[in-house]
Amino acid sequence: MKLLEYEGKDIFEKYQIPIAKRFGVIKLGDNLKSIDLKGKQWVIKAQVLAGGRGKAGGVKLAKSKEEAYKIIEKMLGMEIKTHQTQGRALKVKEALIEEANDIKREIYLSVVLDRAHCSAMLIASAEGGMSIEELAKDHPEKIIKIPVDLSEGLQDFQVRELFFRLGFDKKLYKEFSALAKNLCRLFKDIDANLVEINPLAITGDGKLLAIDSKIVTDDNALFRHKDLQAKEDHEASAIEKEAKEIGINYIGLDGNIGCMVNGAGLAMATLDTVKLAGGNAANFLDVGGGATVDQITKAFQIILKDKKVKAVLVNIFGGIMKCDDIANGVVEATKKINLNVPLIVRLEGTRVKEGKQILLDSSIKLEQADSLWEAAQKAVKSI
Amino acid sequence: MSILLNKDSKMIVQGFTGAQGTFHAKLCMEYHKNIVAGVTPGKGGTKHLGIPVFNTVKEALKEVSANSSLIFVPPPFAADSILEAAHAGIEVIICITEGIPVLDMIRVKKQLTAMKAEGKKVNLIGPNCPGVITPEECKAGIMPAYIHKKGPVGIISRSGTLTYEAVWQLTQENIGQSTVVGIGGDPIQGMNFDDTLKMFHKDPETKAIVMIGEIGGSAEEDAAKFIKEKMDKPVFSFIAGKTAPPGRTMGHAGAIVEGNSGTHAMKIETLKNAGVTIVENLSEIGKVVKENLKIATK
Repeated sequence: MKLLEYEGKDIFEKYQIPIAKRFGVIKLGDNLKSIDLKGKQWVIKAQVLAGGRGKAGGVKLAKSKEEAYKIIEKMLGMEIKTHQTQGRALKVKEALIEEANDIKREIYLSVVLDRAHCSAMLIASAEGGMSIEELAKDHPEKIIKIPVDLSEGLQDFQVRELFFRLGFDKKLYKEFSALAKNLCRLFKDIDANLVEINPLAITGDGKLLAIDSKIVTDDNALFRHKDLQAKEDHEASAIEKEAKEIGINYIGLDGNIGCMVNGAGLAMATLDTVKLAGGNAANFLDVGGGATVDQITKAFQIILKDKKVKAVLVNIFGGIMKCDDIANGVVEATKKINLNVPLIVRLEGTRVKEGKQILLDSSIKLEQADSLWEAAQKAVKSI
Repeated sequence: MSILLNKDSKMIVQGFTGAQGTFHAKLCMEYHKNIVAGVTPGKGGTKHLGIPVFNTVKEALKEVSANSSLIFVPPPFAADSILEAAHAGIEVIICITEGIPVLDMIRVKKQLTAMKAEGKKVNLIGPNCPGVITPEECKAGIMPAYIHKKGPVGIISRSGTLTYEAVWQLTQENIGQSTVVGIGGDPIQGMNFDDTLKMFHKDPETKAIVMIGEIGGSAEEDAAKFIKEKMDKPVFSFIAGKTAPPGRTMGHAGAIVEGNSGTHAMKIETLKNAGVTIVENLSEIGKVVKENLKIATK
């Protein structure tokens, strides 16, 4: 799960990672004046899960209270599109108001999961503020990587290596050492996949300040983090949340062919095959191993909530689940719902002959296919 | 021959008496008589599915002889179960459990790596995988048995249903499998493509390998390195996730493109350069392997 900036900063605060003074988070529909602005200058930041929001108008500086309120009003409800939102516009529902700080230097600092070495890795660069991916591509030599043994924590010699390579002023050592160690501790404590400070600023008065926060947590570990479990998943759409509640793994996409598949890998490959056949899938959907009538009915209902859907492709490999049971499930489910788009079914595996016969004998209108490729072609043609 | 498991393998099941453990252990026992005992803490001294149940792996190994373990323990306790098996001396550990926290797996990998460095034999397969099957000899997992057929092709895959799809296409073409290994879809797992390829490379019965990968991580790239340097058997590969949106996981926690790493294009290019035959269309795995091998094991 990805956390919003202010949610991440709540965690930073608990780990003594210095952040700017915050005046609050204002939500769409809140009374603007409910926020008491003190000081002289403020930064208003759109709380959306998208890198590069600053360039898209999601971060603004206000030099008077009137200006601040005006910016907040304009920002709430606006839509933000950046290179990280894959062509989609994200609606701003919350804005964070912080004290503006005088920034002298920006640094990049993060802890990530290092899959290749099965450990965590601290990544830093003296050039903060910009996209680390861009930097990794153009100037890999400017990126410092330090493997972190999470059970031992970040070691002093590792802190020193980082500190001197980043070219800090000696006066900042104690402060930086605490921050870097706390960041690693936080990563482990909350079961994170990523904790990023970009940028980590050195202010005009020589202090460290985490200007932004990006935290991705491990969904598999939520059972031991009740506080994170209670948080809203800001990345998931309404349909995705609904699907999750009934145990269906669904992700909305841009196309118009609804897909129902068993197994994550096969579901992903089904999207690829639809594309290969010249179409575009409307969703990823894994009904899971036990594709019962109830589950198939729910899956159909979820798929059809997306009004873009012009055809539905069912691709199920019956292993432990037999094809005749699945076919009965499809027939029962289509009777229950009002399916008014073409339906293409590809069954394969255990008792496939019986399954296909059940579909043939049923009164529902559908097309059958012998292979996924044939099914994908038929689905594309049906639109 | 085969890799990891054969007809002489003796196996225990951890999480034996739970719903998943019971259901799948029963199917494995019907396939071939490899399972000799089960482990469920608190149920020691009882019998389940006609075989003895023990409280711990150590207790079980005092009474029966076994070299492999199949794990169905729920996610919060699964990492510990893997370590229990490893420290008790089990050599092949197959963990089916889906949803183990990644930091738990980091802890497991660290200990397994240390044990290997001391010269102990221990191989972990999974987690979040369908398991391993050597057709007609030993089934250790949740795969439907009947789709398999004994033969010369080794299969390695990060996905369950995609493995079944590939196996079934081969069987339909009358091409059998030596061993089918599901390495799992998590970001951190036990054996990877390269480790498994090394075993298939040495196995005289395996004449060709089908490798089913997906986006995310660098396991396919590491495999390509081994193939380029050492492999003299033909390797075929399908990589899922070409059209997946970056930054989002779809079912498998490990199948995620982060920044510039783990992309479909990069994997295909690297594998091609290593001499791997790429299958673009999933439905053509059987056909492509048959055309290239010209082996009909009738």
